[in-house]
Amino acid sequence: MTPRKQRMLTVGLVVVGVSLAVALALQAFQENLLFFYSPTQAIAGEPPEGRKFRLGGLVEQGSMAREPGELKVSFIVTDLENTIPVSYAGVLPDLFREGQGVVAHGYLQPDGSFLAEEVLAKHDENYMAPEVADLLAEQGHPVDNTRAGPEKN
Amino acid sequence: MIPELGQLCTTIALCLAGVQTIFPLLGAHLDRSSWMAVARPAAAGHFVFLTLGFGLLTYSFIINDFSVLIVASTSNSQLPILYRVAAVWGGHEGSLMLWVLLLAIWTMAVSISSRQLPDYLASRVIGVMGFISVGLLLYILSVSNPFLRLLPVPFDGNDLNPLLQDPAMALHPPMLYTGYVGFAVAFAYAIAAMLAGHVDQQWARWVRPWTTAAWMFLTLGIALGSWWAYYELGWGGWWFWDPVENASFMPWLIGTALIHSLAVTEKRGLFKGSTLLLAIGAFSLSLLGTFLVRSGVLVSVHAFASDPKRGAYILGLLVLVIGSALSIYAWRAPGLDRNAGFKAVSRETFLLVNNVLLSVATGLILLGTLYPLVLDALNMGKISVGKPYFDTVFIIPMLPLVIITGIGMHAAWKQADTVQLVRRLRWLVISSLIIGVTMTALAWGTGPVLTFVGVVTGIWLVLASLRDPVLRLFGKGSRLTASMIGMQLAHAGVGLFVIGVTVTSTYSIETDQSVRIGETVQVADYSVTFNDLQQIHGVNYTALLADIEIRQNDRIIAHLNPEKRVYRVQKMPMTEAGIDVGLGRDLFVALGDDLGDNAWSLRVQYKPMIRFIWLGCIVMALGGLIAMGDRRYRTTLSSASPAVKSATAARLE
Repeated sequence: MTPRKQRMLTVGLVVVGVSLAVALALQAFQENLLFFYSPTQAIAGEPPEGRKFRLGGLVEQGSMAREPGELKVSFIVTDLENTIPVSYAGVLPDLFREGQGVVAHGYLQPDGSFLAEEVLAKHDENYMAPEVADLLAEQGHPVDNTRAGPEKN
Repeated sequence: MIPELGQLCTTIALCLAGVQTIFPLLGAHLDRSSWMAVARPAAAGHFVFLTLGFGLLTYSFIINDFSVLIVASTSNSQLPILYRVAAVWGGHEGSLMLWVLLLAIWTMAVSISSRQLPDYLASRVIGVMGFISVGLLLYILSVSNPFLRLLPVPFDGNDLNPLLQDPAMALHPPMLYTGYVGFAVAFAYAIAAMLAGHVDQQWARWVRPWTTAAWMFLTLGIALGSWWAYYELGWGGWWFWDPVENASFMPWLIGTALIHSLAVTEKRGLFKGSTLLLAIGAFSLSLLGTFLVRSGVLVSVHAFASDPKRGAYILGLLVLVIGSALSIYAWRAPGLDRNAGFKAVSRETFLLVNNVLLSVATGLILLGTLYPLVLDALNMGKISVGKPYFDTVFIIPMLPLVIITGIGMHAAWKQADTVQLVRRLRWLVISSLIIGVTMTALAWGTGPVLTFVGVVTGIWLVLASLRDPVLRLFGKGSRLTASMIGMQLAHAGVGLFVIGVTVTSTYSIETDQSVRIGETVQVADYSVTFNDLQQIHGVNYTALLADIEIRQNDRIIAHLNPEKRVYRVQKMPMTEAGIDVGLGRDLFVALGDDLGDNAWSLRVQYKPMIRFIWLGCIVMALGGLIAMGDRRYRTTLSSASPAVKSATAARLE
């Protein structure tokens, strides 16, 4: 193969490979974007209908409920303006608590409730998902979201 | 006193790193050997003082000096001593200290073993590494000082995140960082060669073992993280395409491409441009990984604090390093490559395709990782890119890559004999088809076509890789060098990995169930009985310990003891899964929540062949280790002429 042909092959391979991959990737990309909405935004109808999204906020105090012995659990997510009831069947994360930040992946149901496929809480006691922290700050309830220093007592 | 002394040592290390940068680089440029000779002593001093600084910081952790801010925030007097040491890199400031210390260690290793290198190259390599040290040390001392005091002194510390109190997690950051930072060596060699305007096959031979070493550590570091996530996070997943994982995986992919590109540069003197570019890319992605993980822009266990000053500094450093490296590349790279030809079917072509596919995969992962960050920074909404995207864009380039790897390693350089290639490999193709399809069908019945394709290609790669070494065992075929055996082993590791991933992701069974104490549930053909629940007390936690019995065909096959721990200091609950380990399958049980009425939620999972994933990684790393030990990398040491040695000795005096 002459150097010229070799270069042509290189360029050809790169062009074909990259364009194929990018075309497929953009399609997969479109299908797999997960948007984040607060209860207020979800109620205002911002999430596209029938599409999976991430709902974030605080778990309302005293809202967690389940039938004894049942896996199914329900709780209310609030951004301190509006609320959305959430139902979930599965093991909740270790750091799931009432009054704490939560992010749920799932679908809005026709009755206005949210069916979660996955529930995420924060990673340690002092840290809140940035989305939720930003959300609360926007609503005028900022939280200190730096990893708290030692207890100064 | 101790932390102040530590800070002083670190500051001296910074000054010496500055000396290590300026004099050797200028000396090489102006051809002054006395200036170039500063490189090694300066690097040694930099190493000694940084080690002292790091040692003093570690000492503060060991003696529980809570007047030091980071000791108070990531350690505690109840913490076992091993984890007090691991707590040094359990936070942002300490982990960056580890980063620069590892860089100093790599620099030291380079400076010791580069004595046979020409001065103009060795001094530049050490100088460039000094430059990176200066950047990071300035950052540490200005905005991320680990030696800061805390007043008033707290009675006790805030403890290490319980998720990190684990042997694998104590080892994961040092391993990963050793890999990340190791790519700085290839980067420095690339910059040095471009500044000298000379890249040859000998140069590639010098860089190869360093790159392979860094790649080996990175492989193990990523595997450790994945293994830890599997048993510690309580979800039974081994890879989440979390931005932090991607941050470590992208340098790995580009580093892998670099290793292959270097092989062509060494053997044939080709691909010089792409080798240099990949060396720049691998280290840039390592720096980007540090930026992503440490700046707090990501939601993760790894994100410690959101401090915009820190993010801005690292971003600035990133732009400076990548920008200047690419400028030097643009200035020097044209004219480096000579036009030696190779045929369409040749090892060069296969390696070229390999590099393109690995780069494409990296680019697509980069898109999915950075796009949400960019959108958020522009206030255009908060999105995340789901796992299916990454699965799809990774499989598209990787499936063909696995197939051609098996062919490429049997193709000759320059021009491969297609007929001979077909004759050599046809039985392997047929065997892997038969073994793959029968094995999958016998074990799990049916499955998606892609699953059969995955298993068959995995087995194909294992067989194609082991063909030559196995024949050699029976005295057939030509002699194999250590680097060939290492290469074949590493590829077999990739094959094992592919088999593990394919089988696990298709045939895993994952259920969350409500189970009463004394009750039995059925998962596939396993009966899972929840026998008992009791309270136990650990060193720094209390836990609920479940007793789970698993039967198959009325025979007890395992007793598992998943725990729900609550760590005393941080009051943080944590799930410790119970896992019955097997090469063929893992049985995974995690204890969930108290559901009332004597029932608990249990997460029960059947994970076939998941061990092959980490086994594959270990085999890959082992392959790297063997390849590094090849004689031809060592002979350059002994073959250096006495004249060169005495010149070196004279210069040092």
